[in-house]
Amino acid sequence: MSIEKLGMPKWGLSMTEGRVIEWLVEEGADLDIGTEVAEVETEKINGAVESPAAGVLRRRVAAEGDVIPVGGLLGVIADASVSDADIDAFVADFQASFVPAEAEEEAGPAPETVTVDGTTLRFLKTGEGGEPLVLLHGFGGDLNNWLFNVEALSGDRAVYSLDLPGHGGSSKDVGDGDLAALCGALRGFLDSQGIDKVHLVGHSMGGLVAATVALEDPARVASLTLVDSAGLGEQIDRDYIEGFVAAEGRRDLKPVLQRLFADERLVTRQMVDDVLKYKRLDGVQPALRSLADHLFADGHQQHRVGDALGSFSGPVLVVWGEQDQVIPVAHAEAAPAGAETKVLPGAGHSPHMEAAGEFNRVIEGFLAGAHAG
Amino acid sequence: MARRITYQQAINEALAQEMERDPTVVVFGEDVRGGAGAPGEDDAWGGVLGVTKGLSPKFPDRVIDTPISESAYIGAAAGAAASGLRPVAELMFVDFLGVCLDQIFNQAAKFRYMFGGKAVTPMVIRAMYGAGIRAASQHSQALYPIFTHIPGLKVVAPSNPYDAKGLLIQSIRDDDPVIFLEHKVLYTVEGDVPEEAYAIPFGEANIVREGSDVTVVALGRMVPFAEQAAEELQREDGISCEVIDLRTTSPLDLETLLESVENTGRLVVVDESSPRCGLASDIVARVAQDAFGDLKAAPQMVTPPHTPVPFSPTLEDAYVPSPEKIAAAVREAAGAATAGAR
Repeated sequence: MSIEKLGMPKWGLSMTEGRVIEWLVEEGADLDIGTEVAEVETEKINGAVESPAAGVLRRRVAAEGDVIPVGGLLGVIADASVSDADIDAFVADFQASFVPAEAEEEAGPAPETVTVDGTTLRFLKTGEGGEPLVLLHGFGGDLNNWLFNVEALSGDRAVYSLDLPGHGGSSKDVGDGDLAALCGALRGFLDSQGIDKVHLVGHSMGGLVAATVALEDPARVASLTLVDSAGLGEQIDRDYIEGFVAAEGRRDLKPVLQRLFADERLVTRQMVDDVLKYKRLDGVQPALRSLADHLFADGHQQHRVGDALGSFSGPVLVVWGEQDQVIPVAHAEAAPAGAETKVLPGAGHSPHMEAAGEFNRVIEGFLAGAHAG
Repeated sequence: MARRITYQQAINEALAQEMERDPTVVVFGEDVRGGAGAPGEDDAWGGVLGVTKGLSPKFPDRVIDTPISESAYIGAAAGAAASGLRPVAELMFVDFLGVCLDQIFNQAAKFRYMFGGKAVTPMVIRAMYGAGIRAASQHSQALYPIFTHIPGLKVVAPSNPYDAKGLLIQSIRDDDPVIFLEHKVLYTVEGDVPEEAYAIPFGEANIVREGSDVTVVALGRMVPFAEQAAEELQREDGISCEVIDLRTTSPLDLETLLESVENTGRLVVVDESSPRCGLASDIVARVAQDAFGDLKAAPQMVTPPHTPVPFSPTLEDAYVPSPEKIAAAVREAAGAATAGAR
């Protein structure tokens, strides 16, 4: 077998380096594809590095505490039969030739904007061709929430991460603040990009938007993936919604954001800062207030599409973090008959961030099946 | 969406966006328009360093050059604010405070209190402060402690372009008199700034770097110096500094300082103003009083000596707190703790 590099991953547009917090496996351990090997801290978020190959972790090159540039060598994976001398040579060769990318070169695709019916929408397009995929964030989120997913999902198709109105870099005007305004923006966006047939993936509030558009315009939606989605039950954590809307400073916001994850250590100072910067923008506060009042008044979801979804003929995938504190995992049971359901252990409300590797494989597998079907 | 602009551009953009949003916002001061009413080009200056350049063509009636009489136009700003406008008056160098102090401390600062809370005074005084451009002792002072001492004033000193825009917008929207101090050395510093308008609330310090060994408190230009020192200390000494940018000295976010000192037990305050009755001594005193039990070592103050800012470039450089002096103070705080633990 060949010798495989275990490299520092790139999570999100701005990541240039990461710090190894902890090795999760010993040298000599057997790895499968997707085994979590090390925990890494970046400016934005902490995450687990997964093995890209099956084999033995022959060498831990980076020590705990080391800061390694994106693409730099964390460790070496190879079969047990490969000699230590060959491993040494591989490490020496790599270190001699590796040049960390400059921040500018590494910037990759940048977000763009398009104006639809007077509403500016920001989006990030990664990958080309195939049947396109559109990713829709949840309440208070933005396109950066998909930082662990866009690269993995855009291998053989165009992936558009969209900022819904009131969010991220899109217009902060949410019209009457109800679901129709968000769905209208999504349809307008698809028109603007000339997308006739789309795979929709929506998280939380974005799931409700995706499902509603799938019901209104079924011919256009090739498949529907609902992630810890709104719209499948009545309950939603009022403290999360109201806490998010009300938070003005770091001290108020951090405990609210921690409710999004099973492991609250994932919430870094930078993540809190980024959300605060968004919340301070003119127009955001009334937009969030209005959306919360229309969609989630007093901790009750106002729109439910679970029953109606039975009539949607395309493939449906429902994914949930087992430890979701915002929308109960029990709502996954309201998925329509015939839907594929996947509950991810060790993840909270945001499994696309917290269990990103497994999440990406589940989505890839589902999309492959959706094409075959 | 954010893009990189300078501290100076961020201030200009905040003024332009607030003037666009609110027709009661007016800008006046010496040369803020520049050339108006005289033979020559309108908008030729835009302030002595060009910060307000481009505003007068957009808002010709609301950008007003004044005579060289600070007592007259700062007084006019106080009156305009009390009667319904939102003036942003530019004092040019904060060192000129002396000629208009009555209008600030005995008038504007007291209106809310002396009129039973019925009067609001939404005025902003913008001024340049700080050493570093060889402008000598009458144009280089860091006078924020004088304003901080006066109840009724809010005092702001941003350290970076993002904060400059958000804090200036908050200053204009605030209903109290705000002293907005711009460090002239920071004008050319670039940073990510959203195009949209946004306001940063007062009294919320920014933790610019998390750390566990020593809390380093700074303001304005001292923040990048403290970050530089923290980077070096982490690399060379393995000392982990938590760097806190106060953003505003009045109101003061004491809570964030106390929380940090509770974790680190060690405090270093970096202050570009004179050491006596200054910001550093104020903060050290407050922390010592409220968190004495948390302190593992004597707090350290990094300030200039108690002299006017020298004109000699060599002496001016020696006068200003530097990353090296900050690092030395942090080592002192951390070293004392090690000795104490033995």
